[in-house]
Amino acid sequence: MEMPNLSLALPELLLVLGAMALLMLGAFRKDDATRTVSLLSVALLGFVALMVWGLGGERATTFGGMFVIDGFARFAKVLILAASALAITMSVGWLEREKLSRFEYPLLMLFATLGMMMMVSANDFIALYVGLELQSLSLYVLAAYQRDSVKATEAGLKYFVLGALASGMLLYGASLIYGFAGTTGFTQLSQVFHAAHGQPHAGVIIGVVFVLAGLAFKVGAVPFHMWTPDVYEGSPTPVTAFFSAAPKIAALALLTRVMLGPFGELFAQWQQIVILISIASMVLGAFAAINQTNIKRLMAYSSIGNVGYALIGVAAGSEEGVRGLLIYLAIYLFMTVGTFAVILSMRQKGRLLEGIDDLAGLSRSQPMMALALAIFMFSLAGIPPLAGFFGKFYIFLAAVNGGLFTLAVLGVLTSVVSAYYYLRIVKVMYFDDPVESFDRPVSRALGLIMAGSAAVVVLLTIVPAPLVAGAQEAAKSLFPTG
Amino acid sequence: MVYIAIVFLPLLGAIVAGLFGRWVGDRGAQILTTSLIGVSAMLSVPVFIKIALGGGTAVVPLMHWISSGTFDVSWALKIDTLTAVMLIVVNWVSFMVHVYSIGYMHHDTSIARFQSYLSLFTFFMLMLVTSDNLVQLFFGWEGVGLASYLLIGFWYEKPSANAAAIKAFVVNRVGDFGFALGIFGVYYLFDSVQFDVIFAAGPEKADAVVTFFGTDWHALTIISLLLFVGAMGKSAQLGLHTWLPDAMEGPTPVSALIHAATMVTAGVFMVARMSPLFEYSETALTVVTIVGASTAIFAATVGCVQNDIKRIIAYSTCSQLGYMFFAIGVSAYEAAIFHLMTHAFFKALLFLGAGSVIHAMSDEQDIRRMGGIWRHIKWTYALMLVGSVALAGIPPFAGFYSKHMILEAAYASQGAAGTYAFWMGTLAAFLTAFYSTRLLVLTFHGKPRANEHVMAHVHESPMVMIGPLVVLAVGAVLAGLVAKGWFIGDFREAFWGDAIVVLAGHDTIEAAHHLPGWVGMLGTTVAVAGIGTGVLLYVFAPGVPGLLASLFGPIYRFFLNKWYFDELYGMLFVKPAFALGRGLWKSGDGAVIDGIGPDGVASASRDIARRLGRMQTGYLYHYAFAMLIGVASFVTWFIIRMG
Repeated sequence: MEMPNLSLALPELLLVLGAMALLMLGAFRKDDATRTVSLLSVALLGFVALMVWGLGGERATTFGGMFVIDGFARFAKVLILAASALAITMSVGWLEREKLSRFEYPLLMLFATLGMMMMVSANDFIALYVGLELQSLSLYVLAAYQRDSVKATEAGLKYFVLGALASGMLLYGASLIYGFAGTTGFTQLSQVFHAAHGQPHAGVIIGVVFVLAGLAFKVGAVPFHMWTPDVYEGSPTPVTAFFSAAPKIAALALLTRVMLGPFGELFAQWQQIVILISIASMVLGAFAAINQTNIKRLMAYSSIGNVGYALIGVAAGSEEGVRGLLIYLAIYLFMTVGTFAVILSMRQKGRLLEGIDDLAGLSRSQPMMALALAIFMFSLAGIPPLAGFFGKFYIFLAAVNGGLFTLAVLGVLTSVVSAYYYLRIVKVMYFDDPVESFDRPVSRALGLIMAGSAAVVVLLTIVPAPLVAGAQEAAKSLFPTG
Repeated sequence: MVYIAIVFLPLLGAIVAGLFGRWVGDRGAQILTTSLIGVSAMLSVPVFIKIALGGGTAVVPLMHWISSGTFDVSWALKIDTLTAVMLIVVNWVSFMVHVYSIGYMHHDTSIARFQSYLSLFTFFMLMLVTSDNLVQLFFGWEGVGLASYLLIGFWYEKPSANAAAIKAFVVNRVGDFGFALGIFGVYYLFDSVQFDVIFAAGPEKADAVVTFFGTDWHALTIISLLLFVGAMGKSAQLGLHTWLPDAMEGPTPVSALIHAATMVTAGVFMVARMSPLFEYSETALTVVTIVGASTAIFAATVGCVQNDIKRIIAYSTCSQLGYMFFAIGVSAYEAAIFHLMTHAFFKALLFLGAGSVIHAMSDEQDIRRMGGIWRHIKWTYALMLVGSVALAGIPPFAGFYSKHMILEAAYASQGAAGTYAFWMGTLAAFLTAFYSTRLLVLTFHGKPRANEHVMAHVHESPMVMIGPLVVLAVGAVLAGLVAKGWFIGDFREAFWGDAIVVLAGHDTIEAAHHLPGWVGMLGTTVAVAGIGTGVLLYVFAPGVPGLLASLFGPIYRFFLNKWYFDELYGMLFVKPAFALGRGLWKSGDGAVIDGIGPDGVASASRDIARRLGRMQTGYLYHYAFAMLIGVASFVTWFIIRMG
């Protein structure tokens, strides 16, 4: 048997080996190794990201065509690695304070990250499934990591059961497709459907629906979103921060690749479903968040709404749409990570708070933190000139150019509704009477992440060119000319 | 160049005092505005001599304004005799009021603002009288309305001042609506708003008709009546007069300048200016006569029973404006303008004198709480006496010549309306003399009715206030005697030139010179009788007025309550308007617009949020069920769609 070209998967291989080595390190160190392992993990992720970037964006496949690298994968992987590194950084302080320091925590995140990278590079349903399950299993454990907490274990269990159901649907859909098309490889599927001239067998369509349902669960889109608020609220806050960024990016990238790659010829069929899911997500994300009092739950609904916006880019099915999606994800990453850094700083007498009312009067007790959160909230609400506005702008631009006026109009309307609950947080911080102030000082890592994210959100407005150009290049790789 | 300076110097003063008042200071604003008006006043004298006495008309084009199709309007100053007279009146009275205000507003906190408004008013008034077309005249017309609003509400902390300002503005809107329609009518008929063009085309359009509601109407009558509605609003004629007494809420110099001498006479000026049109409509002239005569008698009866010194003079103004209008109605335009001029002097004198009294009495305005102060303020007393005698029409004071000319012209016009006007005017002359006497006696004579504290403070006003009074008093004494030859006497044809057009059969002033002797005597007789009655009732038998008031209770109350005009309007217009507004606000805007719009959307959002929240039960099987339903419905949809 021919030896596969391992050099293309070098970053993933390095991540596996590094994670294994860190596992050994943790296991054989007598004293608590969490901090060391965490720092080394972050360093490892950084190094892997550099390698991913260094490999370039030329499309190439290996492992018998099951593994692909291209500009799109490169862009998504860098975002995922950055999100994971930020999540681990945010967790260290929390682990130590809650006396939950165990070196497995960063390692679970590393393995989840590895799964995500596999997902993004999958070029076959088998590879897709393996990557997805590696990610999911790690996430289930992370959700229930605080195992003495009833809420956390409930969240982990719910996530696991529903995740299993979703995986089942995905597998069922994949097997239907295999049954009708005779292959699981993305490249081959594309050719088969091309030969069918867009008139596929009904069984294939049902298979696509099931695959889409499974993937929609992973991104947390309506009506497969029900787990999101409960898991977001129940999981430990740094885990929620991780959930809200890296896996979302990976799952959305995967969904985009599957839909536009192998199922690209079936665009006319699945576009309607994606539009429906997108609308439902935007509407639910906008309205259901209004009554929330817990800020983590609010962020859960916010993420549902944001997935709805991102899916507009998929529904547009164009290079412009994918470009918009990638820009949106990059901006969303910083907004959400920054927001969670603030939430992690909401500590009073050592206890973490999660109520929106606890933010009352923050502008007077901690003006810089309030300013940072206000920037994130304005940006999430899509108010110019912050980055969040441009994220939405490119998405709506793609929708309008793709003729999806309904989506664009609904997107604008729902963002008006959602502005209410984002701005309510700003109002609570700036205009309500102060309650007891939070513990000080804010940990240095969290402070840096807040400030850095806020700076990115503001600076992207001024110099958007690198991001837009990068996303443009990445999007181009999904649409090979000719 | 002189003309431009006369009109725009006040504007310059208004801008500097208004926008840079803080920078030039109160004293600076006073000196600047007053001296600029002073220059304008001085300059208007040679203009009067050149235009009015020398004969001729000057037109100074300034710039292009509106050009749309055949509609073409330019900014231009047109100065003829009518304008020249108004320039003298407006500038000199304004100048005196500016000077007087330096003393009167001494204690006020917004002196620069006040001076700025006064100058702004003067500018608009000059714009109004120098206009050479109807649109520019309307600009000045609305400008003086604005300045009047600002000055009535000058003490904006007082709710009554604000209410009066709004009332003046709203009532004037009614008149202005008519005026605007009149201008539209003129453009419709003549295809121009330029005075020269309109007046030249007047005779040929004399029999033009417009079809309206299926009936033919005499075009010039319609236009004249609409323009007259505008004049009624501005000049406080019966029906649209209710704002004028309330306007006394403004500072007293404002009452003198705007609500006695100049702005309220703008209606008279405008109708006189439009004489070439009014002359062709007998109906319009009759209406003007009857409205004017009715106003004259109405306001005189009310003036007899009022107790606020400024309100008495305000109703007197209203009454005298009535004289001017019925003079116009009988085609005695020259007499109307003559009375306008003499009235400006003696009425401004009376108002400023009243201001001096109020100043002396520590802001007391009720004549029932005055009395016995003539010894303390002799100058003011003497000047008020001159003003009152001039108002009553005693020879040889100014009011005598103009008022008698008007009454004689009314008699000479022979028609039913003219006769009505003559007798009403004569009766009003009696009442005028009576209430003037009453005012003087109650204010200055008898025992002091104010408390000791106030009496101890009674003092003569400073020279800066008395000086202008003296100047105006000179006018009140001499204006009639000196000017009667030009205005209504032997030189009038040369004097007026083309400024006023009177048709051949309408020349009542000429006819007035050939009347039976008793007509000329009657006016003076009733004036003396009025004074005599006043002295008798208030000096020798002070108990009788109270007895009369209780004896004729209903009539007394009818007069005291100003014929119940305010109550009637309140019931007919104000209350329904408020009810309509409230209805539209509560049910229209609140229930429908807000209900469906902002409030409705917000509460619907909350409702949706609650329902969505309820779906999040926390039960695993509900979540799994939702996922399965989702997949099932997607699949079903595809199967149905694919058939």
